[in-house]
Amino acid sequence: MVMDKLGGSLQDALRKLVGAGRIDEKAVDELVRDIQRALLQADVNVKLVMTLSQTIKQRSLKEKPPGGMSPREHVIRIVYQELINILGKDADVKLAPQTIMMVGLQGSGKTTTTAKLARYFQRKGLKAAVICADNFRHGAYDQLKTLCEKSDVFFYGENDEKDAVGITRRGLAAIGKYDIKIIDTAGRHALESDLIKEMEEIHRAANPDHRFLVLDAAIGQLASEQARAFNNSIGITGVIITKLDGTAKGGGALSAVSETDSAIAFIGTGETPDDIELFEPDRFISRLLGMGDIKALVEKAEEALKPEDFDVDVMMSGRFSLKDMYNQLEAMNKMGPLKQVMQMLPMGKMGIKFSDDMYNVTEERMKKYKFIMDSMTGSELDDPKIINSSRITRISRGSGTRYEEVRELLKYHRTMQKAMKGMMGGGKFNMQKMMKKLGI
Amino acid sequence: MFEKLKEKLGSFKNSLGGAIEEKETVLEEKPLKNAPSRQKAGVFGKLKAAVVEREFIINENSLQEPLWGLEMALLESDVALPVSEKIVESVKEELVGSRRKIGSSTAAIVESALRDAISKVISVDSFDFDKFIEESDKPVTIVFVGVNGTGKTTTISKMAERLKEQGYSVVLAAGDTFRAGAIEQIERHARALGIKLIKHQDDADPAAVIYDAIQHAKAKHVDVVLADTAGRLHTNINLMDQLRKVVRVNNPDLIIFVDEAIAGNDAVERANMFNKAVPFNGSILTKQDADSKGGAAISIAYTTGKPILFLGTGQGYKDLVKFEPEWLLDRLFE
Repeated sequence: MVMDKLGGSLQDALRKLVGAGRIDEKAVDELVRDIQRALLQADVNVKLVMTLSQTIKQRSLKEKPPGGMSPREHVIRIVYQELINILGKDADVKLAPQTIMMVGLQGSGKTTTTAKLARYFQRKGLKAAVICADNFRHGAYDQLKTLCEKSDVFFYGENDEKDAVGITRRGLAAIGKYDIKIIDTAGRHALESDLIKEMEEIHRAANPDHRFLVLDAAIGQLASEQARAFNNSIGITGVIITKLDGTAKGGGALSAVSETDSAIAFIGTGETPDDIELFEPDRFISRLLGMGDIKALVEKAEEALKPEDFDVDVMMSGRFSLKDMYNQLEAMNKMGPLKQVMQMLPMGKMGIKFSDDMYNVTEERMKKYKFIMDSMTGSELDDPKIINSSRITRISRGSGTRYEEVRELLKYHRTMQKAMKGMMGGGKFNMQKMMKKLGI
Repeated sequence: MFEKLKEKLGSFKNSLGGAIEEKETVLEEKPLKNAPSRQKAGVFGKLKAAVVEREFIINENSLQEPLWGLEMALLESDVALPVSEKIVESVKEELVGSRRKIGSSTAAIVESALRDAISKVISVDSFDFDKFIEESDKPVTIVFVGVNGTGKTTTISKMAERLKEQGYSVVLAAGDTFRAGAIEQIERHARALGIKLIKHQDDADPAAVIYDAIQHAKAKHVDVVLADTAGRLHTNINLMDQLRKVVRVNNPDLIIFVDEAIAGNDAVERANMFNKAVPFNGSILTKQDADSKGGAAISIAYTTGKPILFLGTGQGYKDLVKFEPEWLLDRLFE
């Protein structure tokens, strides 16, 4: 996720401090350089990086670590505080009737995000409607219309009408009774003065509560200047980062937020209408520093799952049958790609790194495990001990898998069961070892 | 494009050049010193040039600060970190320990070191797009690939306009069957340009759409097939597999990677992964008009070893200009 790469490099940098008993200038210098590199590689504005790293350095050397805090914790705390200074503000997105205007550069993902956002509010029980004020790009009208139809969101647009301000006015009149009104505008950049002027006019006509700047996670150093220009002209209230499911680290958003003195409101994490998350700075930074984000996982789980899907008590009781494992896999599927789920877990702390290949392999295997379990009887699922060789043969035939694969699943289950027991007992739950055992 | 980088390169040049220059005037006061001179010199302070028999030796320590400044300048211009490091490294190699006669112009020494370093990084096989189209058997099939929102469809319409101007007949293939409104988008371009479009319905197999377009071109003796594809993130294995299939089935004459000039470090990552999945012949960088820093051009050329063919410079059909590496270097050092 967002800057999980950035998070990774920061963790590397911070790990170097682990051994250090006291904070000396050299160690801090090295750490600061590493942090600089990580932030620069994540496309954070160069000047911002320099200011940030200098502050971190000065504070690390000057401030005394509070009692009982290791040097590493001390520096982490400072890094955290400084990052939260930039990212810490809340975008203040209320679940209440409001008008939102979407602006941004060409191709940053405004239209897709508009539809996602409408759906987001709709899911929260508010009636949403969108206006297509992008009368410039060919196909924008059809794109938004199709997306809205799929999500059951009211769509207002005027194909082939050239006057975006007029569309906005008429649109707002037409969707007056909806709670959430989102206006999608054409992509433009700061140097297109006629388009900037048009945007200002739309802004005057709509008087929106929120002006969201949509930014591609891959945007480079330009992010600051563009954000400043948009901010000067209509006042940005929040930033939405898109395409965070790729490898881009989204540092441009950090620059934009710092430039506009606003906050990151949402993040886009995929191509389907549900791939949008409310941004929470605390979580983001925890994730950045490798402290995990169990909160996000639990919340996402709550939205997607019914209580019977995911029984923590059963898992913790140590009675972890194949059926429980099946439910667990099902639950994971509902929560989205394994990669996203795993990133929310505090793996960073344990020093586990997953490559994309691993995710894909694992995901494939999980699917196969589901097929295998679908071919088992109820009693086999409840008590896997009864599965003998002839049962394995039957199951493998039934599920179209190989004999070894069924055995592998049973082994996997045993490992999981052990892990669960260990977790409950507070014993040595060595995730890394377990992962190795599982070959993932 | 490159204004900032140019400015910074200029100041880097001066910081080194100035230092050495000043040293020269010192030398005039106390000519010919056999022991290495260790005085501090230079506007930017740190550069020490040792003098041995009317030659300068530039040592590594004295370069550290200016090189850091150079690296920052490159990064500020969106040259990706690994590529920036590569450039800085080769400038360093070129300069450290080099001996220069006092008579030779120091500014020229530094400029040539920089120019060498950057051209080393972006030197790729040259590829004459126009000649390729002219000389290839018709129909020539070109598939455009890239991540979401980089401007593939717009670029295709610009390319169609350009080829039409040059007297070729063109057919478009609506290979983006995934994104809502994509077919309508290219359809409107085709209509505006008066060009035939081959399309299927939404969610159709893009390989099949492009195949049909090629068959159409063969039957009607159309010169060039420009095939659109859906934007996809390079991390999405299934979609990258789909792209491989498009290429396998249609065996295009050219694959062009479309990315935006405003991209930062990720440009390297995705160019690399697209090039691995479907080795492309060249890239087009779009959104050049958004005051881009130009670093993406250097990063992408370096990473893929494939030339940048065109730049997209606006929203009109004519806003596509040919890209020449020499032009880039000249703009940096003119």
